[in-house]
Amino acid sequence: MSAPTTERTGSGATGRGEPILQVRGLQKHFPIKGGGLIKRTVGAVQAVDGVDLDLYPGEVLGLVGESGCGKSTTGRAILNLQPATGGSVVFQGREIVGLNRKQMRPLRRDIQLVFQDPYASLNPRLPVFDIVAEPLVIHGLTKSNDELRSRVRELVETVGLNPEHTNRYPAEFSGGQRQRIGIARALALQPKVLVLDEPVSALDVSIQAGVINLLEDLKNSLGLSYLFIAHDLSVVRHISDRVAVMYLGRIIEIADRDELFDRPAHPYTQALLSAIPLPDPRRERARQRIIISGDVPSPANPPSGCRFRTRCQKFANVLTDGQREKCMTDDPALADRGAGHLNACHYAEVQSVL
Amino acid sequence: MSTPGTTGATAVSSTGTISRGRTQSLPGFDAAAPLLQVTDLNVRFPTEDGQVHAVRGVDYTLRSGEVLGIVGESGSGKSVTSLAVMGLLPSNARVTGSVRYRGQELLGQNDRSMSRIRGKGVSMIFQDPMTSLDPVYKVGAQIEETLRIHDKSLSSRAAETRAVELLELVGIPNAGDRVDSYPHEFSGGMRQRVVIAIAMANQPEVIIADEPTTALDVTVQAQILEVLQTALQETGAAMVMITHDLGVVAGIADRVLVMYAGRPVEIGSVEDIYYEPRMPYTLGLLGSLPRLDAPTRERLTPITGAPPSLVNMPPGCPFAPRCPLHIDECDAAEPPLFQVGAGHEAACIRTEQVAQAHGHAAEVFSETATDDVLVGDALPADLALGEGARDTNAGGPPPPDQTEPAADVADTGTVVSTHRGTTDGDRA
Repeated sequence: MSAPTTERTGSGATGRGEPILQVRGLQKHFPIKGGGLIKRTVGAVQAVDGVDLDLYPGEVLGLVGESGCGKSTTGRAILNLQPATGGSVVFQGREIVGLNRKQMRPLRRDIQLVFQDPYASLNPRLPVFDIVAEPLVIHGLTKSNDELRSRVRELVETVGLNPEHTNRYPAEFSGGQRQRIGIARALALQPKVLVLDEPVSALDVSIQAGVINLLEDLKNSLGLSYLFIAHDLSVVRHISDRVAVMYLGRIIEIADRDELFDRPAHPYTQALLSAIPLPDPRRERARQRIIISGDVPSPANPPSGCRFRTRCQKFANVLTDGQREKCMTDDPALADRGAGHLNACHYAEVQSVL
Repeated sequence: MSTPGTTGATAVSSTGTISRGRTQSLPGFDAAAPLLQVTDLNVRFPTEDGQVHAVRGVDYTLRSGEVLGIVGESGSGKSVTSLAVMGLLPSNARVTGSVRYRGQELLGQNDRSMSRIRGKGVSMIFQDPMTSLDPVYKVGAQIEETLRIHDKSLSSRAAETRAVELLELVGIPNAGDRVDSYPHEFSGGMRQRVVIAIAMANQPEVIIADEPTTALDVTVQAQILEVLQTALQETGAAMVMITHDLGVVAGIADRVLVMYAGRPVEIGSVEDIYYEPRMPYTLGLLGSLPRLDAPTRERLTPITGAPPSLVNMPPGCPFAPRCPLHIDECDAAEPPLFQVGAGHEAACIRTEQVAQAHGHAAEVFSETATDDVLVGDALPADLALGEGARDTNAGGPPPPDQTEPAADVADTGTVVSTHRGTTDGDRA
């Protein structure tokens, strides 16, 4: 079982080749409408504000961040479910931003989404067969009813469910099983890229582990690429080849998995990693925790300069006034500052926190 | 209010490390009298399908100044247990057994006399700070209410001063101004701080925290856990910490109670539970957890199947259908908690086999996985799909099952059939 693991990591880290999905300067602003009779735009919630990402074939890219950081919006904007307000998303050489629904349709075969909540993402009035068959019918991919039936059967078996149960309704399945149905539906069109938006967050750990293993196996056997959006860094470390950390609509650090977890350079990544309790009493109690104060600022009015500075330990305790000035005025770009990977902090410094 | 023993223990350690200091003083026995003693607690809810036996005989004793973690998956009865202790269950719930707070029976008391204990003797922190505060009252007023209900002689001015103090204690900046804010003006983390301030306002001896950080982001969770530690230090209270997050429990608890299907299946010191679990469920739970600190990517060992329905449960161990160590005797009767070490009990007849794993779930749980490969009936379909994957797939790793057949077949086979097990277990 270890052989495919190393091979997978290798393919993600070295033989990358051309990215299958290329995101540049992605922006999604939601207008804020003023009160009164005439609604006019008085501002914008900058949910996603300049995100750059590359997803390589056969790779799992983890996208992590706290609630409200824009990770789900990024996923949806990439799929054009919520049209981006700026930037570009190129999938296999084709620009997606600006395409209308009809133009998107052929592309949807290649990029599919798995939603977080398996209780809300499956139509409760459709039996499982119809749910999984729907994409095949819409895209006219099966020629006969027999073919449709055998294809659905195959998909349901692939995700580890009993094909005898496809005449049941979602309500008759547990959370983990429903999530498997959602995955089967996403796989129906044989996509190349899956955007997984918190696919295991709603599940209990013992069930979650099964779904994670399933996702790993599917990736290996079908050669899929995943954009894996999650807030649980333990899950992300487990499944990802590379990890991007988001804060307030931006990516603030991106690196290969072990690099990011073992040698984080951005103060936010460090705080985030150190905040996660380890299920190991001795290590957990021996850890030095970086506690950052306050909450995420409003994305309608982000701080000037570095967006993290209002909560940054380094800004508050370590930097001199002159250095702080730079944080307040100068928005740090995502660049390699000697840490061996990209981060967006003027004073980035590798510090191990686990 | 606080017990002498507790204040002593707290004073020894400094900020932040308080629970570490405690764990060391705890193993073995404690001379202090039981603060909260729960004996054979049962909760049943009548439903159309029959009685749901949500809590099936919970026993635990909370000692002064300790933190007892109660862990379990959703539906294991951990929240219902604590609501029963507080007397907060809906009136259709049938509660039997005994809950003694400092020797006094709480079950069966009327609401009026319970109200004297709630907040003062035993207080509670709920999961969702968005709904546990009253949106139409200022937070200051809500804290003052708690104070004045238990101390009628307290002047409103004194109550307000104390409210500000409490808000400062839980780390709310500008507490003097923020007492006049409404809950909606606070973020989730700030609201949870207010809830904690209310819970500790009357220096209760026991704080029951029901998933206090589940609704919060990790960075905020870290802040709240720190506030909770401060609250415990300040009040010298003991705490029951209910959570599904094994990381949170590892950091804060002295002892851990693992619940499954409405019953405790293992109880022991935090080190016993994490390093030397004796119940296969505990072991499986730890093995299914992805680790942030894992240097290599080990395959997770999920527990197949799903927890049993709590309506009309069959005899035998409720974990048996999911258990890799299942033998025929397991179905005969539900095992009681057996003593497996000092202060360590597990409800399993095969604890010796579990002991050999020394906390490494793969050693016990991989056994079933290999067994399932032999079943292997779902394999052909899976391979078919692998081949059916679109031919334009040149960039990705092309059908790996052809390049290294042995490894991949075994790999996929395991999972497919294991999850088959999932379905079957659920249907049973």
